Amino acid sequence: MKHKQLAVLITFSAALLLGGCTSVSDRRGDDEVAVEDIDARTAGDTGDAAATTGADMGGQFTGNPLDDPASPLSRRVFYFDFDSSELAPSDRDALMAHGRYLAANPGVSVVVEGHADERGSREYNLALGERRSQTAEQVLVIQGAAKNQLQVISFGEERPVALGHDEESWRLNRRVEILYPGY
Amino acid sequence: MKRLSYLIFGFTLLCAASAQARLEITITGGAEGALPIAVVPFALENGAAPSEDVAAIIGADLARSGRFAPMSPEQLIARPSHGKEVDFAAWREAGVETLVVGRIQPRDGGYAVQFQLLDVLRGAQLTGYVIPAPAVLMRRTAHQIADLIYEKLTGERGAFNTHVAYVTVENLAAGERRFRLAVADADGFNEQVILTSSQPLMSPAWSPEGKRLAYVSFEAGRSVVYVQNVITGQREKVAEFEGINSAPAWSPDGRRLAMTLSKDGNTEIYVLDVATRALTRITRHYAIDTEPAWLPDGRGLIFTSDRGGKPQLYRVDLTGGATEPTARRITFEGDYNARAAIAPDGKRVAMVHSSGKGFQIAVQDLENGNLRVLTESRLDESPSFAPNGRMIIYATEVRGRGVLEAVSVDGRARQRLGLASGDVREPAWSPFYSE
Repeated sequence: MKHKQLAVLITFSAALLLGGCTSVSDRRGDDEVAVEDIDARTAGDTGDAAATTGADMGGQFTGNPLDDPASPLSRRVFYFDFDSSELAPSDRDALMAHGRYLAANPGVSVVVEGHADERGSREYNLALGERRSQTAEQVLVIQGAAKNQLQVISFGEERPVALGHDEESWRLNRRVEILYPGY
Repeated sequence: MKRLSYLIFGFTLLCAASAQARLEITITGGAEGALPIAVVPFALENGAAPSEDVAAIIGADLARSGRFAPMSPEQLIARPSHGKEVDFAAWREAGVETLVVGRIQPRDGGYAVQFQLLDVLRGAQLTGYVIPAPAVLMRRTAHQIADLIYEKLTGERGAFNTHVAYVTVENLAAGERRFRLAVADADGFNEQVILTSSQPLMSPAWSPEGKRLAYVSFEAGRSVVYVQNVITGQREKVAEFEGINSAPAWSPDGRRLAMTLSKDGNTEIYVLDVATRALTRITRHYAIDTEPAWLPDGRGLIFTSDRGGKPQLYRVDLTGGATEPTARRITFEGDYNARAAIAPDGKRVAMVHSSGKGFQIAVQDLENGNLRVLTESRLDESPSFAPNGRMIIYATEVRGRGVLEAVSVDGRARQRLGLASGDVREPAWSPFYSE
């Protein structure tokens, strides 16, 4: 219970501070703002420190679950087979965790970006990227995320993360990215 | 051996050093059966000093068509500049059947370019003109002459005096990229950048009168369709609905744009009336429907859909009725057929094709359904017909770089166009200009 309040507080603070930084195109320029720091600062500023000071539960991670490498929320890139928009079962589980997190944090909104590899035609790949992002969106919505928390964008093959023209690059480029503001 | 040296002449087009970025053309495929022709360097008279070698441009144009094999200048047995100076018997002996001669004189601050196309076997002139040419338009004049020669000898209109639009991408420092939308002459010269963006640009499409380009820009962080006047640079957004706005294709009358929108939840094809902004939905299917291309009569579209499980081409007639018309599949060979480009005569459709081993450009006869694969690399895409339907320009990848190539529709001649740096992609061959 206490934990949940903490999460809401953190999220709310993060949303306040990062509200202006949702532009996708600018995300490279965003500062790497660690949410725990924000929380600590907020707590200090307001004097409402009760939620954070006593939260050390025997080494368990106490900050934002988005920062917990052990949390399923740490997985924010999901890969696909060629010309497919089907999620692997383990990806579905991680996406469900994102959906639950968004449901619990209605102040948080994410960009769901769909991408394709370079093979085949560009416009078909743009549509394929959208279908991939819509597949992810559906999972998030089923878990309770609101539509207005989700911005679905396809870049097709236009924004590769790997610039090679080989199987490994193609694998890395066929993806959906869940982009949280500030991450 | 002689044939080989004919070809070598066309292999590399030399040009004056220029700081301006431009496309450089090399002919990669052979051109068996190409007609030997001699284009004699034009005589410069009365102090004429044009900045361009008109005969060289004409020869290069003819070589690029794959239908002619111009002699190299060193092989010429004489340098006549007028038909009456030609020793036809000597040229016959040298194996030349067709000869182009000409002369350039100053006129009105520019030049007068005279040329004659001569039938060596009959010792007769086939055609000849004197063309007034402003000094800055010498390349265009040369292309016009090449068009006249091509038409006289083949019976088909030449497409040398046309343009190509394309997208270039440069990877800058720190993961930044620079996208440019550029327009160049069909031989790659005179590149002019008409849009620069840090975000992706896609799918340039010429309006039928050749003065406007529709394209997709991600400058707003997502896909938006613009129409830009190529001459004035003025542009307007024509589609910025929620979701995808892409794949614009002009109707033959230039009044409508077919495009792909996902505003209703899934990629579907719509037709937008550019003046009234009225939108008509054409497809209604949960699959991907995209990449519409107009049939030349304006009564139907060919588009890509994966409604059968994999991307294939479908044809739909535009009935104008209240319900969406029925689409029928037209490609059955291979497991990937997409991005239709319809020949100007409506008899053939070019596409990105895969039968499992990479992606090539293929052409299908729309009457008998016969499919022919024209290229042989693994990442070929974005085919676009020359306005005379004889060549297809497309994008491919060579040693990790995006380049443009053109192939004749019979697959015999192939040539490469490549920029000095960066990737080149998404070529769109302009229509004829009705000036």
